[in-house]
Amino acid sequence: MNYEAVIGLEIHVQVKTRTKMFTAAPYEYGAAPNTLTDAVVLGLPGTLPVLNHAAIEKCAKLGLMLGCEIAEECKWDRKNYFYPDSPKNYQLTQNEQPLCIGGKVEIELPGPSRNVEGEHRWVILNRIHLEEDPGKLTHEAFETVIDFNRAGVPLAEIVTEPDMSSSTEAVAFLNCLRNIIIYAGISDCDMEKGQMRCDANVSIRPVGSDKLGTRTEMKNLNSMSNVKASIEYEIQRQTEILEDGGNITQETRRWDVDKGISFSLRSKEEAHDYRYFPDPDLMPVQMDRARVAELEAELPERPLDKQRRYQKDLELPFTITSVLCQDRELSEFFEAALETHNAPKAIANYITNDLLRELSAVSEHGESAHSVSQSKLTPAHIGTLAKIIDEGVISKQIGKEVFTEMFATGDMPDVIVEKKGLEQSNDTGEIEALCREAIAGNAKAVGQYKEGNEKALNALKGPVMKATKGKANPAMLDELLKKLIDEG
Amino acid sequence: MSETPHIDIDYVANLARLDLSEEEKAKLGSQLDDILGYFDKLNTVDVEGVEPMAHAHKVFNVWREGDEPGETYAPEVLTKMAPEHRDNQVVVPKVVE
Amino acid sequence: MSDLHFKTITELAAMLAAGETTSVAITQAVIDRTAAVDDKVKAFLSSDADDALAQAKASDERRAAGKAIGPLDGIPIGIKDTLAVKDQPLRCASKMLENYVSPFDATCIVKLREAGAVIWGRLNMDEFAMGSSTENSAYHTTCNPWDLETIPGGSSGGSAAAMAAGEAIATLGTDTGGSIRQPAALCGVVGMKPTYGLISRYGLVAFASSLDQVGPFARTVEDAALLMQAMLGKDPLDSTSIEQPEAPDYAAALKEKKGPWKLGVPAEFFGEGIDPEVKANIEKAIDWYKSQGCEIVNISLPHSELAVPVYYIVATAEASSNLARFDGVRYTHRSEESKDAMTLFTKSRGEGFGDEVKRRIILGTYVLSSGYYDAYYLRAQKVRRLILSDFEKAFEQVDAILTPTSPTPAFKRGERADDPLAMYLSDIYTISVNLAGLPAISIPSGFTESGLPIGLQVIGKAFGEADMFAVANAFEKAHDYAQQTPKL
Ligand SMILES: [Mg+2]
Ligand SMILES: [Zn+2]
Repeated sequence: MNYEAVIGLEIHVQVKTRTKMFTAAPYEYGAAPNTLTDAVVLGLPGTLPVLNHAAIEKCAKLGLMLGCEIAEECKWDRKNYFYPDSPKNYQLTQNEQPLCIGGKVEIELPGPSRNVEGEHRWVILNRIHLEEDPGKLTHEAFETVIDFNRAGVPLAEIVTEPDMSSSTEAVAFLNCLRNIIIYAGISDCDMEKGQMRCDANVSIRPVGSDKLGTRTEMKNLNSMSNVKASIEYEIQRQTEILEDGGNITQETRRWDVDKGISFSLRSKEEAHDYRYFPDPDLMPVQMDRARVAELEAELPERPLDKQRRYQKDLELPFTITSVLCQDRELSEFFEAALETHNAPKAIANYITNDLLRELSAVSEHGESAHSVSQSKLTPAHIGTLAKIIDEGVISKQIGKEVFTEMFATGDMPDVIVEKKGLEQSNDTGEIEALCREAIAGNAKAVGQYKEGNEKALNALKGPVMKATKGKANPAMLDELLKKLIDEG
Repeated sequence: MSETPHIDIDYVANLARLDLSEEEKAKLGSQLDDILGYFDKLNTVDVEGVEPMAHAHKVFNVWREGDEPGETYAPEVLTKMAPEHRDNQVVVPKVVE
Repeated sequence: MSDLHFKTITELAAMLAAGETTSVAITQAVIDRTAAVDDKVKAFLSSDADDALAQAKASDERRAAGKAIGPLDGIPIGIKDTLAVKDQPLRCASKMLENYVSPFDATCIVKLREAGAVIWGRLNMDEFAMGSSTENSAYHTTCNPWDLETIPGGSSGGSAAAMAAGEAIATLGTDTGGSIRQPAALCGVVGMKPTYGLISRYGLVAFASSLDQVGPFARTVEDAALLMQAMLGKDPLDSTSIEQPEAPDYAAALKEKKGPWKLGVPAEFFGEGIDPEVKANIEKAIDWYKSQGCEIVNISLPHSELAVPVYYIVATAEASSNLARFDGVRYTHRSEESKDAMTLFTKSRGEGFGDEVKRRIILGTYVLSSGYYDAYYLRAQKVRRLILSDFEKAFEQVDAILTPTSPTPAFKRGERADDPLAMYLSDIYTISVNLAGLPAISIPSGFTESGLPIGLQVIGKAFGEADMFAVANAFEKAHDYAQQTPKL
């Protein structure tokens, strides 16, 4: 029998606020242990939670980005379970009435090759709710130590419907979701820093069946490759069990990164009875409709919408748009450069080739990953460079040199051109003389050209360019050489 | 609830993470069954359509504005009260899932 | 002046203002009195005389500099062991918090300090405020100063007994189901539970969050009003604390509001289970109001009978979750037998909590657990609304409601120790007030033949403290019960 997989994901994303979900203690990744706590974070006797309005607004914004309905009214419940990383031994979360309902995420599946666009589809969401992160446990040889810095960080939990059927789809979903979240400024989604974590629910069923099989849940997958590998492992494991005539046990499993296998944590029978009930310490929230409309109006364009627009309106190729639209900052840099000089293709090329190459070279020299905003270049630099090339002030060739110089110094391209005397030479008299010299000095190339080999002209251009230090206008040079040979 | 109510004390004690001696379980079990029997009174009233009351005086949208970081505790506040600690972290017996 | 410790706040404030005494003298009188009688009464769990005298000295210096704050400046006030006082033990009369010292002040304590009060000692209670006799303290039992063989009521038994014995000028308690009013009645002092939300719960160790309120014990209604005035107000740290549109002025209300009032008497509070002496006493009090021209209205609170089950479901459910943070990890008792995360929790909690706390945790866990939530917790929350509606209907007809505070006077120690249900029924007249979130005050209304105090409960409308104080004050001023003190 052939089986198909049914996959649903639960993604926890740390909402990028300065302070925690229920108290004003700050959070930052990597701080010394237990330096970001207060009485509320530690769950000391007598403490009470107070909602962080900024986190509610950011989560609502995320919901709007993902096409969710923003609830008229939402509230917080207590999820009761004991664990040493949980200061109150209950988590404040939204069980009954979440902030965001429904929603869907457009995903792009991998194309047949790297530079060919893949198929698009939508993954349906169930909800997004807002809750609190627990502290961090570190397991040592004989003991476990606890750092409560992370406790209370706002988490948006995004729950999909069981709407994916392969590890490839799951990874594509996570990538697209991540892009959208970063675009919206909700979170940096750095999986290594725990800013984005994924639980996967996997079941299989005979192809064509509309009944869901028994599912297992994989907890805390903290990289894209773990998500992919664990889902593939689980589909394979379940298929083998069913093929052997066995039954799947509903259970929670943990992925062992080193061994590349998953193992059972607890079965459904002993699963938690969370005893959810409405938190009596927090009041419910009513989302003001005018404010929701305002948030909606402030939303950035979604990355795939932007990519479509670049391809259609600016006639940029898929490969370039996929690089530009990966990163909101980069696409905004691009659009700002267009305001200086409206040459989308040339500017897109400078950004995706030259700028990113120089940035990654800097990163490789030991400094942390360099982003556009950290470089000395502004959109006006790139725009001006493209502009002076189009105006014939310098050649494309010289443009490369100017780019390197302006990346290093931050000087504007026109300033560099002037300082270094790099203007393209349009002095017909001087170039004509040099051309005649070149024709006289290379009869072989002239002959080849006359026989119809256009490329032979390059051998003649070389010495002219050399003599002008590359400043000869290449178009003019081309024309002149042809004219002189034809005349000659 | 109209059946004779009975608490599965082992199940509930485990949920509550409460170690009880056999003696405590027996005593608590029968006391709680009496109390639950008394709770049966609740079934004498019709609650159809009644909104559950979670707050005495419900108001909406009570929150903190501004997202401005407040004061934090020095790690010593925690380590001073913790039963066991090392390098500013709280130590517990090894947690295995 | 040997009887300073039995004076009222109002009297002492006048003496202080006139320079007839000092805060140090008053505080010393209270310390001396405590040293003399607390061996018998055992109201205190701990006290710090040096700390209290230092506060008193600061008050006297303030006054000498012409900067006296108000009527509470320099007045020693005893604090129930469930309210956080910075750098003082906060044990909730439990072994669980044997070594715990609070790093912060409860908001009500901050406000009392701002009013110049001297924070004095930690008063005994039922463990985690669970009980009606103060026999559930893990440290010792407090005795009723009127008859040392009897209980002082509970859970704020230490706060009530300290007042009756002259070991403080006023004290604070907390009231979840009658824990201020019932011991006030049994000890012959004034005890008041405010409208839910009037005083911040920040720093009050939560028993049942939707019911808990801080309130004063005092010698007179006027003193209680002074304390309320100092402590009330919206607190940004407690989302359930409420901003009143108009700031109340209780002192003015006591002068201006003279009645006569329409007073409701609910038939349901005079039926089965009431002690005949208590019944006769309260009827006499009602007659007095009638004699003063008040209209006595027979009202019905038909769902009162259900208040006990509703209360014990709601309160224990919330408690089971609130007390989950006492787990052996961060600041509580930790069992020597902790071998792993599971035994760390189960053994520490098994050893740290007393019988009644365990009983309520089990009950509360059960009513929230899978399969029982709807039948118990959800149903109780619905019946709770019916109880509130009864009061709302009654208050369409009357200004305040008169009832006994407790069905019986103080009972003998150990009498109800093994019958939790009988103990739960001691709160039958007080708990519906908590469920409805209303204010109520218990004032001395006479004595039994054997000399035990009886209390009259005046229940007010939500935020109707001003009227409630006025009604209670009228009775108090016409009788001398409040001036009587026990022979110790
Ligand atoms: Mg989840
Ligand atoms: Zn979650």
